[in-house]
Amino acid sequence: MKWLVAAAVVVLLALPAVLNSYAVTVFIFIFFYAFLGQAWNIVGGYAGQLSAGHAAFVGIGAYASALLSVQAGLTPWIGMLVGGVLSAALGTVVGYLGFRFGLRGFYFVLLTVAFAEVCRIVALNTDAVGGALGYYITFTGNPRQFQFQDNRAYYYVALGLMLVATAVVAGIERRRFGAYLIAIREDESACEALGVDTFRYKMLAMVVSSFLTGVGGTFYAFYLFSLQPNAVFGIPLSVEIVIRPIVGGAGTVLGPILGSFILSPLAEAARVYFGQGGWSGVHLIAYGLLLIAVVLFLPQGAYPALRRLWIRTSA
Amino acid sequence: MAVGLTLIFGVMRVVNFAHGDMMVWGMYLAWLLATRAGVDPYVGFVACAGALFVVGLVIQRVLVDRIVAAPHEMQILLMLGVALVLENGALVAFGPDPQRVRSPLSAGTFWIGPIFVDVARLVTFALAMVLTLALYLFLTRTDLGRTMRAAADNAYGALVIGTDVRRVYAVAFGLGAACVGAAGALVSPILPFQPAGGLSLSVASFNIVIIGGMGSLPGAFLGGLLVSVAESMGAVFLSPSMKELVSFSLLIVILLLRPAGLFGRAAA
Amino acid sequence: MTSADRLLEVSAISKRFGGVQAVRDLSFDMARGEVLGLIGPNGAGKTTVFHLLSGFLAPDGGSIHFEGRPIVGLKPHAICRLGLARTFQIVRPFPHLSVLENVRVGALARRPGMADARSRARAVIEQVGLGPKADHAAAGLTLAERKRLELARALATEPTLLLLDEVMAGLNPTEIEAIVSLVRSINRAGVSILLIEHNMRAVMTLSHRIAVLSFGEKLVEGEPSRVANHPRVIEAYLGEEYVHPSAG
Repeated sequence: MKWLVAAAVVVLLALPAVLNSYAVTVFIFIFFYAFLGQAWNIVGGYAGQLSAGHAAFVGIGAYASALLSVQAGLTPWIGMLVGGVLSAALGTVVGYLGFRFGLRGFYFVLLTVAFAEVCRIVALNTDAVGGALGYYITFTGNPRQFQFQDNRAYYYVALGLMLVATAVVAGIERRRFGAYLIAIREDESACEALGVDTFRYKMLAMVVSSFLTGVGGTFYAFYLFSLQPNAVFGIPLSVEIVIRPIVGGAGTVLGPILGSFILSPLAEAARVYFGQGGWSGVHLIAYGLLLIAVVLFLPQGAYPALRRLWIRTSA
Repeated sequence: MAVGLTLIFGVMRVVNFAHGDMMVWGMYLAWLLATRAGVDPYVGFVACAGALFVVGLVIQRVLVDRIVAAPHEMQILLMLGVALVLENGALVAFGPDPQRVRSPLSAGTFWIGPIFVDVARLVTFALAMVLTLALYLFLTRTDLGRTMRAAADNAYGALVIGTDVRRVYAVAFGLGAACVGAAGALVSPILPFQPAGGLSLSVASFNIVIIGGMGSLPGAFLGGLLVSVAESMGAVFLSPSMKELVSFSLLIVILLLRPAGLFGRAAA
Repeated sequence: MTSADRLLEVSAISKRFGGVQAVRDLSFDMARGEVLGLIGPNGAGKTTVFHLLSGFLAPDGGSIHFEGRPIVGLKPHAICRLGLARTFQIVRPFPHLSVLENVRVGALARRPGMADARSRARAVIEQVGLGPKADHAAAGLTLAERKRLELARALATEPTLLLLDEVMAGLNPTEIEAIVSLVRSINRAGVSILLIEHNMRAVMTLSHRIAVLSFGEKLVEGEPSRVANHPRVIEAYLGEEYVHPSAG
């Protein structure tokens, strides 16, 4: 299995040499959303705390690094850490409120959505960050400002992000932290009786997850160059983040990646072939159907199912 | 007069109450139907309700029934999937632009003393109250209604005494959908609507239900009033675009202090 | 006898739920190494006592000292780490995890290293007799096996005092025999045990002492034979008319 992964990484590294710019862009999105999904995976997949408001962290990270770069001249390479920390701060607040007050399941989902929406509304109404018109970054192509002339540079950055997040998740899964998170997802009370400080571990998961997501916000800002509150804080983005691990396999290391490789091309195909349906709504119908199908038939996601198939066929 | 409008919204947020544990529902269904009510919506809402009832029934039987016993996350995700399909189905079918329905009543206005009243809103409000009352009577006075409440309270117990729980769930879901269909129709002459508004409506209705209390009909009613008033005041004192902020903040506060809401039963 | 000798000191604890006084002014002690049986009719408040001891509920009044340390107000995980572990009446295995992974979670409480925890988990699994099923998913076990799993998990946390809540409920006589000898061997290895059980034979054979609860109050406490024939105990279980002057 490890050889397969290593081989795949080598292939991905070599790919830009043979792909055209459009394909490179598709891959960039695959990697980027896989990264975000992987970050979510920590708290949503492993710890089982469904957050439907992770877009809030993307938004904070994006606006923070964008503002710092444009207003204060701070290079986004550092700005992304600042963005990450700020997102982690919000994550701490949301996590604390949710976990201290014992909000589980549906209620926690609502809490996360509420916070994301509050962020969105505040951003919409704050002229200092552009308000409803959004915030724009002028393209300079200067790598020190996290901007690149060549699409392929972004490809490698996105790939790097995805690999880093995956390494983090793999590391977590191998350790006690991961074992505890998985157990918490299974049965919190039983965990408490076994000496697991569930509050502490859920918080830790939330902080790591929101930090990473916030870092991703910087990539978003300096790849798209425009920040619209409805897009960067909105529920559609949260859906994009959540659906990849869910479809691919929440609580697994490769799940979000698999999910992204399934969903991004699907979305792209839908957009291309049915693009006249105004806005990019059509791919969301596919998302919806896929989500329904996964919940009904493959509740653990594609990756565990594939692995079972693999085991059965090689046995 | 924003108060009148949000008040109406609130009142018609009657939720899928019999499904104590089915907490996600499709409010956006209303949109789909409202757009189609080429008939005067004040008459057509009955048809909307009927159509939505069927839709709800189908959704329940085909999809929801299978996951009644599944963990909550799965239920949420399923309904999210349904939401995505419906909302974007509407997008494809009707286009992204806001629509409005014209009714002969929409134009009428008159004064009651110092207050400026819009006929359309008044009618909507009145009809909403009537429907809510009818629903309340149904639940408390009829056999089926009582059975539904029993099943909501204790599904296992209801099963034991011979209730066809599956049928009850199906009817409940259908009714919930019907209410929403009616709500959408009644509001369509007043507010512009678009497919993209669906999700924010779902969230708004959750807002109200959580605040008023999950599983309690009077709670939903009062929650609606409370949220409407709060939002309107927010619109007046802060700024119109910030009024959603008020209801979200209220939601956060209530979630933290009393997730069961003001009148709800113990949280799941 | 000083505090240091007493493993557990429960002092006048009480707990009320709405209109019901579940536990009323309850006091009892446990010495190191003993097995204390907690019996009483259904609804006597026994499981509530476990919740109070393990930190899942806080008493309305009174105090609880474990190894001389007050533990009221501590969260369950902290109490577990102090050495007081419990099982649940309705077993709660982690369904998607294997038996080994289940027990490993318990072992991780004392052994942060994954490999270390794993080997400790294996040892405990062997001890309770679930060796062959180590890699099976917990969801697929029989009831008797799940009870052993529940026991193993708690045991893996290396407790000084183990609270067993009706660990024999729902088992057939052969299975019960097996569990009885398992519990005895655990006790002999140095773990003190507080046992809630309805199976009288098991309680009598295992316990050094027995405390009887009825309607949240302690009726009697003492040696098994003395308790079994005590008129108030008989009255609590069977009603007044069964109280005869007895030969014991």
